[in-house]
Amino acid sequence: MTPTMTTASKVTALRPELHGPAKLDAPRPVRTRRINREGYKINWWMTSLLLVASLTILVPLYFTISMALKSPEQAASGTGFAWPTDPHWENFAQAFELTNYPAAFMSTAFITVISVLGALAASSMVAYAIVRNWDKKFFRLSYIYFLSAMFVPFPVVILPLIKQTAMFGLDNPLGVAFIHIVGGISFNSLLFIAFLRSIPVELEEAARLDGASTWQTFRKVIFPLLAPMSATVGIFAFLGSWNDFLLPQMLIADPALQTLPVVQQLFQGQFNTNYSLAFASYLMALAPTLLVYLFAQRWIMSGVMRGAVK
Amino acid sequence: MTAPASVRTVAPAASDTALKINHKKRKVDPTYYWMIVPVLVLFAIFSTIPALIGGFFSFTNYAGYGDWKMVGLRNFQNIFSDPEILASYAFTFFFAIVATVVVNVVALLLALGLNSKIKFKTGIRGIYFIPMVLSGLIIAYVFNYLFSNTLPGIAEALGIAPLATSILANEQWAWAAIVFVTVWQAAPGATIIYLAGLQSISEDVYEAASLDGAGPWRQLRSISLPLIAGYVVINTILGFKGYLGTYEVIVALTGGGPGTATQSVAMRIFSGFSGGDYSYQMANAIIFFIITLIISLLQLQILRRREVSL
Repeated sequence: MTPTMTTASKVTALRPELHGPAKLDAPRPVRTRRINREGYKINWWMTSLLLVASLTILVPLYFTISMALKSPEQAASGTGFAWPTDPHWENFAQAFELTNYPAAFMSTAFITVISVLGALAASSMVAYAIVRNWDKKFFRLSYIYFLSAMFVPFPVVILPLIKQTAMFGLDNPLGVAFIHIVGGISFNSLLFIAFLRSIPVELEEAARLDGASTWQTFRKVIFPLLAPMSATVGIFAFLGSWNDFLLPQMLIADPALQTLPVVQQLFQGQFNTNYSLAFASYLMALAPTLLVYLFAQRWIMSGVMRGAVK
Repeated sequence: MTAPASVRTVAPAASDTALKINHKKRKVDPTYYWMIVPVLVLFAIFSTIPALIGGFFSFTNYAGYGDWKMVGLRNFQNIFSDPEILASYAFTFFFAIVATVVVNVVALLLALGLNSKIKFKTGIRGIYFIPMVLSGLIIAYVFNYLFSNTLPGIAEALGIAPLATSILANEQWAWAAIVFVTVWQAAPGATIIYLAGLQSISEDVYEAASLDGAGPWRQLRSISLPLIAGYVVINTILGFKGYLGTYEVIVALTGGGPGTATQSVAMRIFSGFSGGDYSYQMANAIIFFIITLIISLLQLQILRRREVSL
């Protein structure tokens, strides 16, 4: 120890654990490299295995992108894996017009927004009413009624349902959103009920003492507390209604109001050979959810996980 | 404050008798009825009534339009001697069983991999969960091209004669392609449920086991697998019911063909809307409902037993 040492460094010299990481030398760094940021010893075998296996996911996506950018001639030749020789961006513009993308997008977005908002409002209110009145027969029976519907497979109701929606003038996107909301009530209320039972009733008693009505308590106290489960229900409702094919295909009478997945049928004709155009259209239909996923991945994952635990 | 205490009773059996007097007296705030009754009405209109109407028409000869009369059980009798319908049941159950097994095996392996000590954990998980947000129909269209053009092209170049024709046109093996795309689509959802299960196992258990000299294989067999057995049951039940109603992946891949080799029950039923055999397919739907109901009840029985033993 040299006499020029400052007090601070004297302290650190006496208590080595106060050293900054930069001053660690000799045998320690080996350890810090093995036990790294993740806090455990990395299994490189498993990492590489998973990276290789992830090609099953990435290859079809690469394939879609590369096909979308090819000239019709290049798309029709070879296996399709080659990267486009000169990217044909105009494929997107053509597919955009051919499928009337803006109309299909708006129709899909309309169904999705109504479905998500409706699912959140309807199932959270149903769940709240049932949980807070569990001692009343009416609410217990309603609960059983909603749950029993989970045993009825969709194909059983679809034929009469199509006739009925047409009768009510609901053979349009609004009708599809309606059926999405009704169809999701059982499962979504179940999620909300499980979550509501973990919220202590004392929280609302305070609001009640301040003179809040049932509706105000729900709106101002309970609904905000439900936010994590609302995220889960909302994500499921969003993916379910955005990607749905069956209901819009069966229900929506006017082709001009069809949704993004349904309009892709345009490219399924026996004599359609313009594959690059088809793939450009597929890519544009896949892009919205893919982009949402890229930007909100962490949030979506935690929401879905919450649904899995319940 | 006895009233709110009784409001809280969510587990009915224990306190029911003790608080019965309170229950009788307590008046339910009408707001609760406003929260649940409109949803109940919508639910009845768009779910229960169609099911009942459909059930009624299964005893008629209604073609979907025009006059009809009661024909008793004739539709049901005809179904049991209709080879095409019986074949669709055989295919649907075969497909559902194979898909359930493969999805669960893949998802379990994937969950174990993603839960292990790997580098780039978030990124790798992010890739594997992409299929969850994509439209099954469009993905199946992409795979349709891969199966019918790319794969035969590659097989031809490599000189593998049996694979040089499209698997989708192969009566014997087209189902394998449908299973593959179904697994691609459904494995991430099942994986999330398994991941949730694996993460609920405390790290201490593994530490104790490794102190006792248990290797990774032994830890997997004696800790991980037994502790997530309940999640296997959940995944099997959820998955099997979904695969029984499988529709859009088949529509996009084979359209039920070649011939009627890959036609599912749901596709047969939906054909009743345009095919003029409305009442016949309604009878089919009722039979489908009864079969799925029996399966669901059996599965619930298993689930209940499982929970007791856990």
